[in-house]
Amino acid sequence: MTRTFLGMPATAPPGVGHLRGDEPFPAAARRALADPQLRRNLGHATGTIRGKSAAVIDEVPDWPQLRAAGAAIKADVMARLPDLLVQLEAAVTAAGGVVHWAPDAVEANRIVTGLVAATGADRVIKVKSMVTQEIGLNEALSAAGITPVETDLAELIVQLGEDRPSHILVPAIHRNRAEIREIFLRAMPGVDPGLTDEPAALAAAARRYLRQTFLSTPVAVSGANFAVAETGTLAVVESEGNGRMCLTLPRTLITVMGVEKVIPTWRDLEVFLQLLPRASTGERMNPYTSMWTGVTPGDGPQEFHLVLLDNGRSAVLADPVGRPALHCIRCSACLNVCPVYERTGGHAYGSVYPGPIGAVLSPQLTGVADNASLPYASTLCGACYDACPVMIDIPSILVHLRAEAPHPRAESTAMAAAAYTMDHPTLYAAAQRAARLSRLAGQRGRGLPPPLSGWTASRDLPDPPAQTFREWWAAR
Amino acid sequence: MRIALFVTCLADTVFPQAAKATVRLLERLGHEVVFPAGQTCCGQMHVNTGYPGEAVPLVRRYARTFDPYDVVVAPSGSCVGSVRHQHAWVARRAGDERLASRAESVAARTYELSELLVDVLGVTDVGAYFPHRVTYHPTCHSLRSLRVGDRPARLLRAVRGLTLVELPAAEQCCGFGGTFAVKNADTSTAMLADKMRHVLSTGAEVCTAGDVSCLMHIGGGLSRLRAGVRTVHLAEILASTEEAV
Repeated sequence: MTRTFLGMPATAPPGVGHLRGDEPFPAAARRALADPQLRRNLGHATGTIRGKSAAVIDEVPDWPQLRAAGAAIKADVMARLPDLLVQLEAAVTAAGGVVHWAPDAVEANRIVTGLVAATGADRVIKVKSMVTQEIGLNEALSAAGITPVETDLAELIVQLGEDRPSHILVPAIHRNRAEIREIFLRAMPGVDPGLTDEPAALAAAARRYLRQTFLSTPVAVSGANFAVAETGTLAVVESEGNGRMCLTLPRTLITVMGVEKVIPTWRDLEVFLQLLPRASTGERMNPYTSMWTGVTPGDGPQEFHLVLLDNGRSAVLADPVGRPALHCIRCSACLNVCPVYERTGGHAYGSVYPGPIGAVLSPQLTGVADNASLPYASTLCGACYDACPVMIDIPSILVHLRAEAPHPRAESTAMAAAAYTMDHPTLYAAAQRAARLSRLAGQRGRGLPPPLSGWTASRDLPDPPAQTFREWWAAR
Repeated sequence: MRIALFVTCLADTVFPQAAKATVRLLERLGHEVVFPAGQTCCGQMHVNTGYPGEAVPLVRRYARTFDPYDVVVAPSGSCVGSVRHQHAWVARRAGDERLASRAESVAARTYELSELLVDVLGVTDVGAYFPHRVTYHPTCHSLRSLRVGDRPARLLRAVRGLTLVELPAAEQCCGFGGTFAVKNADTSTAMLADKMRHVLSTGAEVCTAGDVSCLMHIGGGLSRLRAGVRTVHLAEILASTEEAV
């Protein structure tokens, strides 16, 4: 590494990439909740994936042991991340690749844009990748006159729709097939105007368009699911084969990966390649697993660059409670089981990382002040923790981040007063009586001031009892 | 057995019927119930809203109040979940290792009602009578924090006259989530709407659960809709007999 950080590690810089929303979660959620088509699409899609995933997980007798192994490997990785990255760099370099270190999104975009420009290409094909969405690489390439073409079907739908991804694995989950047909008819070059909304017809239209692009584009950009430190091997798992096209056809391959994706040994893959497909798509095995080590003369890309991205990850690593958020393997099981995500969808989270994992990852990458509403975007129901294939205790991290978040002054005052009252039983009993009297004066709580009006907008308050329990007990 | 009741602030103040039913039920089963003075609140609202520092005195108060007892029961999966999984963390975060150890010790003796009945007292038929069509909502903290599993259902199936109907999508959160219900009122309401839709689809007259907080939320929504379904705490059903339904 060429840079030395002094003091606290930096968070992801503002003004670049997609980790921060334009408005707090409650406001964005409110708009999403008002869209019945979105509610229907999400409910149907997450319900289907949940069912598929649960069925194939049930088939694996040692699933709990696999989860524990996945968690243990990731904890080990985080404990010696710098050493593993240096080992990875050496192995990739020895295999003919070039390794670049990017402290943040700005630097990563500069590196990739420069590498593409040096090839003379004005277009790149892209493998579906969360990290390039995180850093806003497409915008950076476009600004440099380079056209990025998303080749994952769902990412293509999002790109053609001038939309944003709303799910880690299924970026167009908020769209149904009728909407996809409309997007293709509007924006896909050379599309058949007689296109129907049959899934096979939509897939065929995308295939026709993408095949030409694959064959005529000399540079590809990918992310990585895993990077093996001991061998320098990169791995991408996918379902469509479009990633395989990108990883094998072009002359130049540029891979951007978050530093947390490194794993120590080849053998560690056996754990994650069992966990990931069952937890994410509900498949026993993902259809395409592409692995490559540097360059092979005469076979595949002849130039390979690996960009190692920090962008706030060192700051996450520095927090012992929040650190397990880096264990995430981007399966999105937590999104699919989250009752909040199922109703609001991903855009409400403002970041490319939505759902429960996004609510713990995004605020840590940006600094919690920049995403202060996200740790509260959960009922702490715990479904995410149960579903996570690497056992990230998301509810505990949410509670931890809530304690770190800036609090509204009125709330802090009220909370301090409530705690003081609760710690003085005489005051507490007086407060109980006062609450009862004020409630008797109101109409089942209607007309309460904010924030309590949030309750009574949709729910009655119960009638106040004639006696509190402790009054009843004392009179017994 | 001598059992200390942790009433919880919400049951004490707003739903005393759930706590009174807990007392009636345990006394009917031949146990002595005591109500230690000085108890107030477990502090969960503070912890889950981002104020673990403010919760320290409440954690200390809970540990001090209940340390003298061998068995503590609360009619709330959520409050017991907080005692069991948050109190020691709150103490350690504040650098108070002594309080953390004491909190862990008391937490190990604190039970949610269905746990107490089935695991400690070894009873599933409590001799109750409740001639109604009932559906059970397994609240998230009972389900995933305490793992009470089918204990409440076993207790309910033994109640004479009671018809237990399965709640569709039962394991999905009702949308309460403490201060979530006001901070994210719209999302909370959307989740509540789906929970109420499922409750109404069962044709039940009564929706029950082991937490008055979730029941306040579900019941508040059903009441606003004039849905004709009431919410009743599990303890109230188990305390009902042919003599006093």
